[in-house]
Amino acid sequence: MTRQDPGPVPLLEVRGVTKAFGAVAAVSGVTFGLHTGEAHALVGENGAGKSTIVKMLAGVHRPDAGTLLLDGEPVSFGSPADAKAAGIAVIYQEPTLFPDLSVAENIVMGRHPRKGLGMIDRAAIRAEAERLFARLGVRIDPARPARGLSIADQQIVEIAKALGADARVLVMDEPTAALSLVEVERLFTVARTLRQEGAAILFISHRFEEITELCQRVTIMRDGGHVSTDPVEDVTVEEMVRRMVGRDLSALFPKQDVQPGAVILEVEGLARAGAFRDISFSVRAGEIVAFAGLVGSGRSEVVQAVFGVDERDAGVVRVGGKKLKPGSARAAMAAGMALVPEDRRQQGLVMDLSIERNVTLPRAKALSKLGLLFGTSERREARNWTERLRTKYGRLSDPVANLSGGNQQKVVLAKWLAMAPRVLIVDEPTRGIDVGTKAEVHRLMSALAAEGVAIVMVSSELPEVLGMADRVLVMREGHIVAELPRADATEDSVMFAAMGQGAAA
Amino acid sequence: MNATKLAPPGADVQLTASPRRSVFGAVFKARESGIVLALVVLVAVTATQNSRFLSGQSIRDILLGTAILAVLAVGQAVVVITRNIDLSVGSVLGLSAFAVGSLMRDNPGLPVIVAVLAGLGLGAVCGLVNGATVRFGQVPALVVTLGTLYAFRGVSYFWAGGQQINADKLPASFLDFGTSSLLGVPWLVLIAVLVLVVAGVVLRNYRFGRELYAMGSSPQAAKLAGIKVGRNTSAAFLVSGALAGLAGVLFAARFGTVDAAAGTGLELNVVAAVVVGGVAVFGGSGTVWGAGLGALLLTVIGSSLAVLDINQFWQQAIVGALILLAIGADRLVAVRVAKALKKRDSHV
Repeated sequence: MTRQDPGPVPLLEVRGVTKAFGAVAAVSGVTFGLHTGEAHALVGENGAGKSTIVKMLAGVHRPDAGTLLLDGEPVSFGSPADAKAAGIAVIYQEPTLFPDLSVAENIVMGRHPRKGLGMIDRAAIRAEAERLFARLGVRIDPARPARGLSIADQQIVEIAKALGADARVLVMDEPTAALSLVEVERLFTVARTLRQEGAAILFISHRFEEITELCQRVTIMRDGGHVSTDPVEDVTVEEMVRRMVGRDLSALFPKQDVQPGAVILEVEGLARAGAFRDISFSVRAGEIVAFAGLVGSGRSEVVQAVFGVDERDAGVVRVGGKKLKPGSARAAMAAGMALVPEDRRQQGLVMDLSIERNVTLPRAKALSKLGLLFGTSERREARNWTERLRTKYGRLSDPVANLSGGNQQKVVLAKWLAMAPRVLIVDEPTRGIDVGTKAEVHRLMSALAAEGVAIVMVSSELPEVLGMADRVLVMREGHIVAELPRADATEDSVMFAAMGQGAAA
Repeated sequence: MNATKLAPPGADVQLTASPRRSVFGAVFKARESGIVLALVVLVAVTATQNSRFLSGQSIRDILLGTAILAVLAVGQAVVVITRNIDLSVGSVLGLSAFAVGSLMRDNPGLPVIVAVLAGLGLGAVCGLVNGATVRFGQVPALVVTLGTLYAFRGVSYFWAGGQQINADKLPASFLDFGTSSLLGVPWLVLIAVLVLVVAGVVLRNYRFGRELYAMGSSPQAAKLAGIKVGRNTSAAFLVSGALAGLAGVLFAARFGTVDAAAGTGLELNVVAAVVVGGVAVFGGSGTVWGAGLGALLLTVIGSSLAVLDINQFWQQAIVGALILLAIGADRLVAVRVAKALKKRDSHV
């Protein structure tokens, strides 16, 4: 059996690829190779560009510059079908099966074996599925529909699909995120078998113990760039974390020291099946509390449930000592809570309405006279807040859709600040906005805290968490695994807790 | 319920056909046998009230009515399976009926097969307009075909200009085609059965058919699987249009009298037949057999209410109730499955 054959020509090579979306370079100049019989880990922070690499290999995106080489020959994928035909199979975090069709048919879709008159050969389809499952050592009934399979079984079906198509390169994008320990073990058994049979595996995961267990080499990415590619034995976990995070904590975070006041927000035993459990925390006036953790660890779900836009199964939320009605954003708003959602285009703004309308929307009632809304009071309110946030716009009556991303973010903030909230929840406050605007948003959050607002922030950006938060709550797999005061919160301690290394306090 | 177990590598792997294997098939068959059961009860009750209901002439009328609706329903099912809808079929039928009627009136010597091909061709062109607009315009099919519903009907009115084609102006060979039989089975019914069988076999046994199901089941996965989604969508609309055109020929031959309003409102009956017949509104499952049975059920309901001397109002109410029942059943199953999945996948 071949094991890690560092031959001169890699099976698949990514050479100097660059891909930009709009003005933002998601990936720039990344180079690494995949060898036959190798499991290769690709790691990096959220937003480091891993998924963009995956999508280029899958034929979903085309690189702006650079090339993909298969057996040393440059290839160009115009569509997912091209990548498939070249022998590259991608297994996404969320499997992409056809729920209404049988498992066997899912495996052969697009290349059904045929018999006379071009008719598909059902017996051959079933036999092929059985053969593949036997090779993978799993028992799944080929005749059952894919609907209702567990995520783990769906992933096995995806792998069977890849095997059936004679894939030589298997790309797995965070396949273990939703799996239990036993299921991960089974997946790894399958992956090892494939590796020994000569396939190359590109494995993306945030869990270091999985990387060291399965992979031979590891490529680290940061901010769209390539940092290093080394044999796994040569880099310690600490070293990997350092290279992933990499940057100096810039002095860009103007956090003012505030003496925290009384407890304003109290959350006790919050739980929702399948999302999070046992969530308890409190936030004082003037305090900034950050939720850190990986994407999918349940942070956004928690704050949405606290605010009441999502249902919860159990738990109590108190604002200023008063219990909130569960599942009612209206009640939360009345109690002085505001939520700036993660996806501001979809959840935070009415894109076709004017800037002033958007800013005053939640306060429409307070601003109206005799049930009618007059432009003057709306405009005054809107001008006040947009100026405080230094929003750049043509006229207040322009539709929000015309603004840049950063300025849209400010309009969302202005909308909720106009309510003078006591508790402000911000989900990914600086996602997708440039450095200068980021600093302004941070300055503003700090100023609000100084005025006595209790702030809860969800962020995937470690520097932001470390720079802004008085306390950091780290979530993993639906529950809070660590609570770190500002003094103890370092990149390492937060990352370790988020990834389950247990090194954190 | 976990369908798989971890088998140690090297261990003998048994592949037992699980007893749950045919649950899906059983549920599916239950859906179709439900329709058959409803049909049997309906026919039995009606026949005891009025024995003429089972007379040759009455059965013939029902079958002829079903034939036209079933041809339309097959085309509609093909489109609905891909998670689209074609609301323009009534208008295409009207346009085709009037066009073919005019053709046969003006050229009495033409053989019937020319009429059939002309109807198919005209319908195919209409279907292609729908398909291309959905595909290249990236507009939801509901909106596109709602637009062409009015557009095609408008063309019919413009062309007819208020005139009507009467049976006495049509050649006898064409009218015979609407009434005569082969070995006791009316031509119209034979054609409908042929359409049903061909569509049923293609959907079940050919790659193209399976890809249509895949597209409706998960459009995103279909794209990633390398299925030519755009081309197949156009083809589905083409089939639906061509069959609506064919139904127009059958309509003209059966009734002999055609004006520009022929088939107005028929699209809703067609969609009802498809939905009642167990084709999921969100695509991905259902068969043309079910759609054909749905067409038969709706036609039988119509005639038995007439035989039983019940107000026509009830027919619409019953059809409405059947649709709600069918959609409700689909929804219930979907919600149950989703709930079971949510609880099981939780790592809490």
